[in-house]
Amino acid sequence: MTEYLVRFIAGGLIVSAFAILGDMLRPKSFAGLLGAAPSVALATLSIAVVQHGPRYAAAESWTMIYGAIALACYSLAVCHLLTRFHLAALPATVVAFAVWLVVAFGLLAGFGGAA
Amino acid sequence: MLVKLSSSALKQTRWYEYGVRFLLGGLATVVTGVVSSRFGVSVGGLFLALPAIFCASATLIESHERRAKEKAGLSGRRRGQQAAALDAAGAGLGSIGLAAFAAVFYVVVSTTAIGAFVAAILVWAAVAVSAWWLRRKLRITSRAGQTERIAHSARRRGTVP
Repeated sequence: MTEYLVRFIAGGLIVSAFAILGDMLRPKSFAGLLGAAPSVALATLSIAVVQHGPRYAAAESWTMIYGAIALACYSLAVCHLLTRFHLAALPATVVAFAVWLVVAFGLLAGFGGAA
Repeated sequence: MLVKLSSSALKQTRWYEYGVRFLLGGLATVVTGVVSSRFGVSVGGLFLALPAIFCASATLIESHERRAKEKAGLSGRRRGQQAAALDAAGAGLGSIGLAAFAAVFYVVVSTTAIGAFVAAILVWAAVAVSAWWLRRKLRITSRAGQTERIAHSARRRGTVP
């Protein structure tokens, strides 16, 4: 239970810090870079290194590359749903989540995890 | 436009919007831990690049822009969507940096854990900013070329002196 509490607080704080920095930055396309900040990764990998050691954290970071590629596809999909199909932000981001799932798990199925 | 850091933008954000981000960020980190322990480290790793707070951020950006336009007596629906789309485009470029973060961490962590975090963060920032800068340069170049082609065509047709 304590582990999950630490995860929750660490993740919440790091995500909030990047979000506040993103709010302060202009232009918006530059601030958007922080939408793909490694906030969850920093909290999770820190706990993974302490709890399970560097090999476990390395294996986790390998498949994170697939997740990042999926995030690029997701962002592109959101951008198109907003500009071409004129969807509002909430439905666009929710619908495009299917793209993230398909690409991330497709890459994992195709290339596998770290050796 | 140069990159600017302005604290005045924070006044637009309401207190509960920070709370929502904290909650979503915390939940995403907990979910990643649960997924790793139940389905294995490979599946858990995917969730390190989960667009967890993206839906909240995009919705907030859209509503801030819409509110600003509506204050001026205009419909801000389209402007809000465009602002959220710009944010998404930025996140797309940032995810190239995120992939670089993961790759550097993977290579360095077996040597030094703290060094892996420092190197990965620096590479993330360098790659993300370079990708943004390169895209900006390419857009400016292609716009200049387009304007030049239009002017050349107009001169040939004699519509402009």
